[in-house]
Amino acid sequence: MAMSGGVDSSVAAGLLVEDGHEVVGATMKLWGGASDSGCCSAADVRDARRVCDQLGVEHHVFNFTTEFTASVVDPYVADHAAGRTPNPCVECNRHLKFGALLERAARLGFAAVATGHHARVERSPGTGRPRLRRGADVAKDQSYVLAALTSAELDRVLLPVGALTKAEVRAFAERRGLATAAKPDSQDVCFVASRAPGGGPSSGRRSFLEDRMELHPGRVLDAATGESLGEVPAVELVTVGQRRGLPAGGGRRRFAVAIDTAARTVVVGDEYDLLAGEVVLSARTWVGDPLPVGARCTVQASAHGRPVAATSLADRVRFDRPSRRVAPGQLVACYLGDEVVGSGVAC
Amino acid sequence: MRPDPATAPDRPSAYLDHAASTPMRPEAVEAMLPYLAGTFANPSGAHGPSRSARRALDAAREELASVVGCEPDEVVFTSGGTEADNLAVLGAHAGRPGPVLASAVEHRAVLAPVRAVGGTVVPVDARGVVDLDAARELATGARRDGGAVTLASLMAVNSETGVVQPVDRFCEAVRAVDGDTLVHCDAAQALAWLDVSAATSRCDLVTLSAHKFGGPKGTGALVVRGRAARVLRPVTYGGGQERELRPGTQNVAGAVAMAVAARLAAAERDATLRRVAALRDRLADGLADAVGALEPAPRALRVAGSCHLRFPGVVGEELVLLADREGVSTSTGSACASGAREPSHVLVAMGWDEASAAEAVRISLGATTTAAEVEHALGVVVRAVRQLRLGAAPAR
Repeated sequence: MAMSGGVDSSVAAGLLVEDGHEVVGATMKLWGGASDSGCCSAADVRDARRVCDQLGVEHHVFNFTTEFTASVVDPYVADHAAGRTPNPCVECNRHLKFGALLERAARLGFAAVATGHHARVERSPGTGRPRLRRGADVAKDQSYVLAALTSAELDRVLLPVGALTKAEVRAFAERRGLATAAKPDSQDVCFVASRAPGGGPSSGRRSFLEDRMELHPGRVLDAATGESLGEVPAVELVTVGQRRGLPAGGGRRRFAVAIDTAARTVVVGDEYDLLAGEVVLSARTWVGDPLPVGARCTVQASAHGRPVAATSLADRVRFDRPSRRVAPGQLVACYLGDEVVGSGVAC
Repeated sequence: MRPDPATAPDRPSAYLDHAASTPMRPEAVEAMLPYLAGTFANPSGAHGPSRSARRALDAAREELASVVGCEPDEVVFTSGGTEADNLAVLGAHAGRPGPVLASAVEHRAVLAPVRAVGGTVVPVDARGVVDLDAARELATGARRDGGAVTLASLMAVNSETGVVQPVDRFCEAVRAVDGDTLVHCDAAQALAWLDVSAATSRCDLVTLSAHKFGGPKGTGALVVRGRAARVLRPVTYGGGQERELRPGTQNVAGAVAMAVAARLAAAERDATLRRVAALRDRLADGLADAVGALEPAPRALRVAGSCHLRFPGVVGEELVLLADREGVSTSTGSACASGAREPSHVLVAMGWDEASAAEAVRISLGATTTAAEVEHALGVVVRAVRQLRLGAAPAR
């Protein structure tokens, strides 16, 4: 049972114990750097250990810092350097929780790894193959960050709280008196402080990246006229679709529509300049069988983004109606109804 | 649900993490009990109960001094090995600011304060033995640059590999460069296995830690000899206890128990050594034969309780966990605050890459280790290594 020290994984462990599973709690130490949130602080480890004590199960701390740096942090920095918008939670799930941890669990003789994600793993009635569905609590659904998993991993994954609403999770924790019952939900990227000391919003990301790469000022160009509208302090920190922090042109709301870190330019346009008819995907994955070319599906391009109707093609998905452009580097999850069928990374 | 090993006394178990801590000797437990509730008074007071406590503290100091070969006045009781190490390094540096040296394989209780005062690390060879030539060169370089080395620190026994360090030749090497250099020896791991008076007779400062030889946690001592007493400054301030080097009301019960444990450990040392070495050989040879366990450092260089091994193709952290589930307590590297394992700085200093270092497991035997424990551990570790090498175990 992967224990972050939060309420969801605490309750997930409690549910497994109630179901009679032999449970061992494991907190993954992923990051040694300074961060004001996330799942690696000594306080979170203590919380996880206390909950395990309350439930009467063993607790261990696993050091996966090397793997985390190589599979999550380094690509996160490289993506920013290339002007892409990485999704470290997706990579952490793919390479750490359902990668290194799943492999370790298998070596140690455990049948499955459980996490506190709000999503559901169910078996197909006929084939017995695992399927990934949205969590019962639509507002807390985390199937998106699990969308890059395949049936090979999901076969050995348990998501005990996926059938519960967040309110039910909290109620269970309070009923059992779990130490984490009232703990707030974690947010943000766990290894990046949300704010640098004395800084404003997103200053944490800036200072984290500044320590690991060179940031360059960029020229801001008008999408329609090509004329220069001003500068941004760091082209690497701009995301496609971003509005804040960009020079306004003619008093209109302007959005970043394209970023070129090599040329150090950010092209800004109006909201309709952000619309795209499709998104080309690399690194596509399928939970089970691939969708046939031309199949209808819905796609979601961020953790709590609105799913839009689309058609799945060989190397892309085409939106039924022009939709907000997906920032390169973002994961695109494909759904049939509330079931995840696959994913890809926006090019 | 599986019962917790700690609450299932009937399950076979083997505690093989004596380098981390040893069980208290019953004699030491018994010796300290009167000073917890009965003779509880502050030993610095002016009344009868205080005098009783004072007498016990003085007797403990004398007893410990006779075991480690120093004068009673030279024993400064501390809250343990870490505090003693910090007092040695920071206290010497405060008294005479200047370059500080320590071997790269010291315990972090030495390395961290050495780094805090901008000190330099002396490399070790592939066996983990300090490089004496490098020590001499670093000391010479410091002197040439205008500041003779204030303090040079070398442990008696490495806490991970069990390797015995050449403390006497280290003293010669650094003092040949500058006779005023103080030498500190962290002997926290040593007293159960070696005659510490060998270190006390040559070094200016010696760290002792009670819970490594059957004494209580939270009790240790720094032996402060001759010249060191004139140089050393306290790192905490308060009352004048412990020659003003370590203020604070003394832990009388702890000191009493520490002295008893030290006396018994020293008296029984030769017999213990022979018995434990045979058990260690049985375990190390058995694991080498059955699963190809390697010994990172030659056995001849190591203390009798040390069974530090590398299991190629196995993540040490996973082996420790599987062994623990069968009641066998072992360890890898050193633990950080959260309880996660860190790559061993000792093995890295010996030239190991991170992946190889992750394959090491520290199994450490002690005076209470039995043949039954060793046989149980042998079976458990062999099974665990084979399972882990198979990779994915069959799904249940």
